[in-house]
Amino acid sequence: MSQATVTTPAAAKRRRSAANWGDLIFAGLTRTAAVFILLLLGSIIVMLAVGGWPAFQTFGIGFITSTSWNPVTDIYGAGVSVYGTLVTSVLAMILAVPVSFGIAYYLTELAPGWLRRPVGTAIELLAAVPSIIYGMWGFFVVVPFMANHVEPALIGTFQNVPVLRSLFAGPPFGTGIATAAFILAVMVLPFIAATMRDVFNTVPAVYKESAYGVGCTTWEVVRSIVLPYTKTAVVGGIMLGLGRALGETMAVTYVIGNANHVTPNLFGSGNTIASLVALEFGESDSGSLKLASLLALGFILFVISFIVLATSRLMLRPKFKE
Amino acid sequence: MSTTIIAGAAHDKKTAVAMSRRRRNLGRVVDTLCVLATLFGLFLLASILAILLWRGLGGLRLSVFTMSTSSPGTPGGLLNAIVGTLIQAGLGTLFGTPIGLLVGTYLSEYGRTSKLGNAARFVSDILLSAPSILIGLFVYLILVVPAGGYSGWAGSVALAMIVIPIVVRTTEDMLRLVPTALREAAVALGAPKWKAITKICYRAALDGIATGILLAIARVAGETAPLLFTSLGNLNWSADLTQPMASLPVTIYNYTTSAFDDWIQLGWVGALLITFGVLSLNILARVVLRKRN
Repeated sequence: MSQATVTTPAAAKRRRSAANWGDLIFAGLTRTAAVFILLLLGSIIVMLAVGGWPAFQTFGIGFITSTSWNPVTDIYGAGVSVYGTLVTSVLAMILAVPVSFGIAYYLTELAPGWLRRPVGTAIELLAAVPSIIYGMWGFFVVVPFMANHVEPALIGTFQNVPVLRSLFAGPPFGTGIATAAFILAVMVLPFIAATMRDVFNTVPAVYKESAYGVGCTTWEVVRSIVLPYTKTAVVGGIMLGLGRALGETMAVTYVIGNANHVTPNLFGSGNTIASLVALEFGESDSGSLKLASLLALGFILFVISFIVLATSRLMLRPKFKE
Repeated sequence: MSTTIIAGAAHDKKTAVAMSRRRRNLGRVVDTLCVLATLFGLFLLASILAILLWRGLGGLRLSVFTMSTSSPGTPGGLLNAIVGTLIQAGLGTLFGTPIGLLVGTYLSEYGRTSKLGNAARFVSDILLSAPSILIGLFVYLILVVPAGGYSGWAGSVALAMIVIPIVVRTTEDMLRLVPTALREAAVALGAPKWKAITKICYRAALDGIATGILLAIARVAGETAPLLFTSLGNLNWSADLTQPMASLPVTIYNYTTSAFDDWIQLGWVGALLITFGVLSLNILARVVLRKRN
């Protein structure tokens, strides 16, 4: 320290020990918070498992695949909603990934510099729109459009094609699995596009410049340089979108039609775990088997989302974080 | 690339020209499709905003802000829902921010590569994207069932659990951007580490941390699913946190799925308010962060 501070050794010691106490307390607080967040996730899993236990106990492991959901006979199974959750989410990915890739490709390779930020921000704002708004937009805008234009056209086109006929069957109500998948696709699109854009930007400019230098087109640069360099993270971004789609509640609840049956018909109604929980929870008495079944559904959803999100994170973090 | 070499070896200038043209054309097709994808994305945002303005603006009048929700057919507003959302989102942010801040600090300053640090970072990332309806179920089990009823407190706690991982992420990222030299300078002057963090690092990262908090408020203000089983909603005016409490998203949900025209109309007004509120907060957060550069 400078010559201005004349301190006796005792005073210096006292100050040091005060500082030590401060450090101990502050470090302890931050560590406690870190432990707290671990316990939080742990207790969510445990509470859902405990709450759903009566359902697993009554119906056994078959609860996961059983397709009955009958409040009158008090028999419940997760089959239909697990099917609906997986089908809508996977379809959503099929729709969202190419569009997200196109947006990321445009934002990183094609857009003039002055356009990149405003267009990128607009796409990111799509992610900020609350999910209930997507539900209303889906119900009042997309559903009529599907019912009047998309579904009749597809049903008409494929009515004589053997397999596709059962995928695109009437009647065209507008609600159903396809519409839910479309809304989900729109909702996860900004997440996937933003992740792809960010990882595309991590490709060293020299690599791309040398490819452009030998006469490659933009598409060839992206296909042969950018995608191989970023493929792990791109898949991670897609998994992140999938993880979000699996648990999306309100938007799906508006448009899925809530019917408890498994159908290959994409225009048929169905339900997802999240939509079933949202719709039926209010009609379940505390302590009933139905409530336990809904909690068990929550537990299954948590396990599926956890696996997908954990995979996504492992693929995204190592190379591009740090 | 390889195609040009093969074409050169073929001693056929015509083939080479044709191949090169095919490559250029393919490139042009892909480029066009990507521009169309971007236009489609922008069209979606415009479509959502347009329908909100179209259906919502017509019902926007002063009574929306001065009257509480009422039965269909009688004049009513959204006052209790707006106040309920402000209270629950405010309390949720108030509870969640300190915890998120501490975890973020731990991840950046203390346990950057420790086992606990890696585990906490992993868990926080999972919570960031975990289905919010499950948070609602969890809070139902730990607060609503033991307390014997739905309450504004339960809603606030559920929202706090969504706030935490958002604040963790931004706090950690922003603290990491603070140059090590600043910390070293503080420590060299004799400041203990906790003072270096709270007085120097927090101040240097203040705008970034504020951005995270704004984004968290924006996110929870529009959440519906975690409130369905916690604060439930309330058709009457109530600012009592021990009772069921109305919120804008839940009211919008109940109104727009009802069969009454005046309720649906009010639902659209609420949707307009919440969306423009949330988007404004997001834009504000971006402006705060951009000032840094």
